[in-house]
Amino acid sequence: MLELKNISVKVTEDNKELQILKDINLQLEKKKIYVMTGPNGGGKSSIAKTIMGIYRPATGQILLDGVDITEKNISERAQMGIGYAFQQPPRFKGIRVRELLEIASGQEMDDDDCDVLYDVGLCTKDYLDREINAGFSGGELKRIEIATLLSRKLKVAVFDEPEAGIDLWSFQQLTETFQNIHQKYDTTLVIISHQERILRLAHEIIVIDQGRVREITSKEKFLAELEKIDTDCRCRDDCIKGDLANAECDR
Amino acid sequence: MLNAIDKKLLQEIAGLHSIPQGAYNLRKDGQAAGRNTTANIDIVNKTDKPGIDVMIKPGTKQESVHIPVILSQGMEDLVYNTFEIGENADVLIVAGCGIHNAGSEKAQHDGVHEFFVRKGAKVRYVEKHYGQGGGTGGRILNPKTIIEVEEDGVVELEMVQIKGVDATERDTLVRLHKNAHLIVTERLLTDQEQTAESKITVELLGENAAAKIVSRSVAKDDSRQVFHLNLLGYAKCRGHIQCDSIIMDNAKVSSIPEISAYHSDAELIHEAAIGRIASEQLLKLMTLGLTEEEAEETILQGFLK
Repeated sequence: MLELKNISVKVTEDNKELQILKDINLQLEKKKIYVMTGPNGGGKSSIAKTIMGIYRPATGQILLDGVDITEKNISERAQMGIGYAFQQPPRFKGIRVRELLEIASGQEMDDDDCDVLYDVGLCTKDYLDREINAGFSGGELKRIEIATLLSRKLKVAVFDEPEAGIDLWSFQQLTETFQNIHQKYDTTLVIISHQERILRLAHEIIVIDQGRVREITSKEKFLAELEKIDTDCRCRDDCIKGDLANAECDR
Repeated sequence: MLNAIDKKLLQEIAGLHSIPQGAYNLRKDGQAAGRNTTANIDIVNKTDKPGIDVMIKPGTKQESVHIPVILSQGMEDLVYNTFEIGENADVLIVAGCGIHNAGSEKAQHDGVHEFFVRKGAKVRYVEKHYGQGGGTGGRILNPKTIIEVEEDGVVELEMVQIKGVDATERDTLVRLHKNAHLIVTERLLTDQEQTAESKITVELLGENAAAKIVSRSVAKDDSRQVFHLNLLGYAKCRGHIQCDSIIMDNAKVSSIPEISAYHSDAELIHEAAIGRIASEQLLKLMTLGLTEEEAEETILQGFLK
């Protein structure tokens, strides 16, 4: 289980201190899928980065299976079983897909093992020896990014908008994969998403807004609210109705 | 006989564990240290100056020539080598220089290599530079390479200097005639106080000549690098330079592009970039469990591969 207790995070931008997360309290259990949603700039990715150790909290504690990991750095948390799939993963000139997957899994890639890339809708034979350079499209890059997490046995896996750039066929594959992995390795799955099909996978939905946890709710309740907005509002871009007005409807 | 240091140098510059198969000429500390010729590849000493002539018969296929040079002490060595690659031959030439300098004297090897790549011939030329030994004497390498590529000829040039060379000035001139193709891959790493200057000039003289230069370098510590990459198009031709450097610590890198067209159908492109390792790359690898140092090493190794 991963616990965030009274977490606040400050960053300095243009010599001004900004508080980007305020008093975050979350208890994320094994084998469960949590979908974090909410408006852009609300703090979803900041929570993900705080879990991974990229952001250090100003106050509060993070516990993994009861162990305080607040002072652990990124590499240590990774070794303890926390993984984070970036919203915009970087390219690597000269590094091949095979090498990245080997770093991730800590094992040599078996050419016959098609599973990891198949789960993200890529052909292992075509991709294993390709360099992760400018020849990769944004969608391909996202899939490789997701595959690096799938190749690890993680206690906590955080995916930051995994659906971006993924085509429809692969999307189906991806949702099935998410459904399976949290069972396979007892993983706590945290997915940042606005996609209804991802929201439907959730055991709980966490709504983040203005740096705070605004609501933790069931998908049934959340989707019902969303439907209400959908049916009432014909111009989704500036729909301002109801309690969940800020929940994005950019599908 | 080769001692352990010689073998280590040979391994670094030519990937060889011992005396190579096929044609070779080994030069050690300014002296001939071994030679083998084959039915198709002859090697003879120059009569007017130090160096060798390597003559590859027309139509020679799947053969290689190794011409490593090793210096195991402080000295200055200068050679002139000429390569005649006959029509429609297809060969691999592995040059390279390894210096072990444990003393305080300067160890310097200057080589002038001239290639005549005849009609339809194909050559892959690999030149690796490597230095070691804890002495205070400099390890200096100044290669000059001139390559004439006749009609339909193809030249692949791999120039690698990854470790231990204190100062290098590399000057390469390639002249491409009709339908001749050139691919240059340059990899360079400097650290400490090292300096490296690389000048590559390609003259695209004939119709449909094409050249691609991919140069990647890493400059660490207080080292300095200067790149002058120059394409000149005199005919309907294509040329592309990609020059990419990672800069670290207090290093200094200059990349000086030059492309000149003297024909309206010449298409020439120069891309140059200098920057530090992207922090996102380091972060990504750290989130996979590598330490910051391991992540940096992985990125540099991939970049220079």
